[in-house]
Amino acid sequence: MIAPNFRTAEAAGPSFVVELSQFTGPLDLLLSLIRDEQVDIYDIPIARIAEQFLARIGSLGLDEAADYLEMAARLLRIKAQMLLPRADGEEAWEDPRAELVRRLLEYQQMREVVDLLERRGEERRHQFARRFVPVSVDITPINAPLALSLGDLLGAVDRVLRTSKEPTLHEVIPRALDVAGAMTSIRSVIAMRRHCRWSDLIAADAEPWQILSVLLALLEMAKLGELHIAQHQPFATVEIRRDAVSEAA
Amino acid sequence: MTPLAKLLEAALFAAARPISLEALAALDPEASPAAVSAAVDELREHYDVDGHGVELVEQGGGWQILTRAEFAEAIERAQVAVRPQKLSAAALETLAIVAYRQPIGRAEIEEIRGVAVGSVLKSLHERGLIDIVGRSEGIGRPLLYGTTPQFLEQFALRHLEELPRADELAIALRGAGNATVVPE
Repeated sequence: MIAPNFRTAEAAGPSFVVELSQFTGPLDLLLSLIRDEQVDIYDIPIARIAEQFLARIGSLGLDEAADYLEMAARLLRIKAQMLLPRADGEEAWEDPRAELVRRLLEYQQMREVVDLLERRGEERRHQFARRFVPVSVDITPINAPLALSLGDLLGAVDRVLRTSKEPTLHEVIPRALDVAGAMTSIRSVIAMRRHCRWSDLIAADAEPWQILSVLLALLEMAKLGELHIAQHQPFATVEIRRDAVSEAA
Repeated sequence: MTPLAKLLEAALFAAARPISLEALAALDPEASPAAVSAAVDELREHYDVDGHGVELVEQGGGWQILTRAEFAEAIERAQVAVRPQKLSAAALETLAIVAYRQPIGRAEIEEIRGVAVGSVLKSLHERGLIDIVGRSEGIGRPLLYGTTPQFLEQFALRHLEELPRADELAIALRGAGNATVVPE
């Protein structure tokens, strides 16, 4: 039976020393044990390694770190599974160590990349790039984006408006657009002429709401496939053509 | 030096960051890509042959003027410039996983490393080596991380493909594993 060197909380020194220790995690510690013991990663003597793992986390004061304890529990479970009797020649037996081996291999693969990054990073640290020096970071930048809520903004507007003695107020009259009416008149124009121009559809004294109605009506009719809108170059006159397909239909 | 090589030198000096060939080509709309590439070679040779304190290096997706390695210690001793701090082993492990598996979420990194990585991710993000590149479709839509151009620059990589492929690593691993077989 394994007798891990569990220390009581009172006897323990620093409670969390994982980052400061020589290992970056339980897999790192496990790999180091496997290397020290010179065992095959594909055939880990799990009882021996589990015992050593517990001993090491005890002596390193890592036995309070959840990550290490979780790995210790995992090792003990695998050890128990290995002890279960299995029928001779049983084909379906799955090595309880398989998942651990997969993780160890994946981890070791990543460590190779770490070695490479460490090498490249160290070489690069011997070279300096020119530093772009921002114009003084100590003073409060004047053109920084304003941190304002909508409430702050409305409050500020209110204060400004109150300073003016007689605020000029405009009354905005909502005027409904007449898209349907504009569509009817466009239909009657293109029924007579195969094509026309944007200027033909708008009266000389048209008000903005009428122009907008015609625009929306044109877009709607183009969407419905009743007509084609074309402009051959920027700022040229927009030409409106009855759609050949809808005509045929 | 040709006028184009001088123009590139000025731009590379001003930028202080790796500049891609395409960006360099934009400096002179009349220069062909081949001419820009030739001018880069000319500038690099100029630094190498005539004996300069700086050199032209291709890394981080572009070209950058760097001081020569032999002067690093003198520069640092005189406190003219400060080297970036070395990353901890935990940070390097996390960075290596992000580099290979990006975009990757925190849980997957923790699965591979076997430890919590929240604070390491935060410090890598603060150093500008990794960035949030999206959100996973999984439960809770966790953040996904990827490496930045700054990462390539700090590890003298031209592009991510310069890292060995995962299967190349696996082969190296098998070899090492077989070498340590000890009969029970």
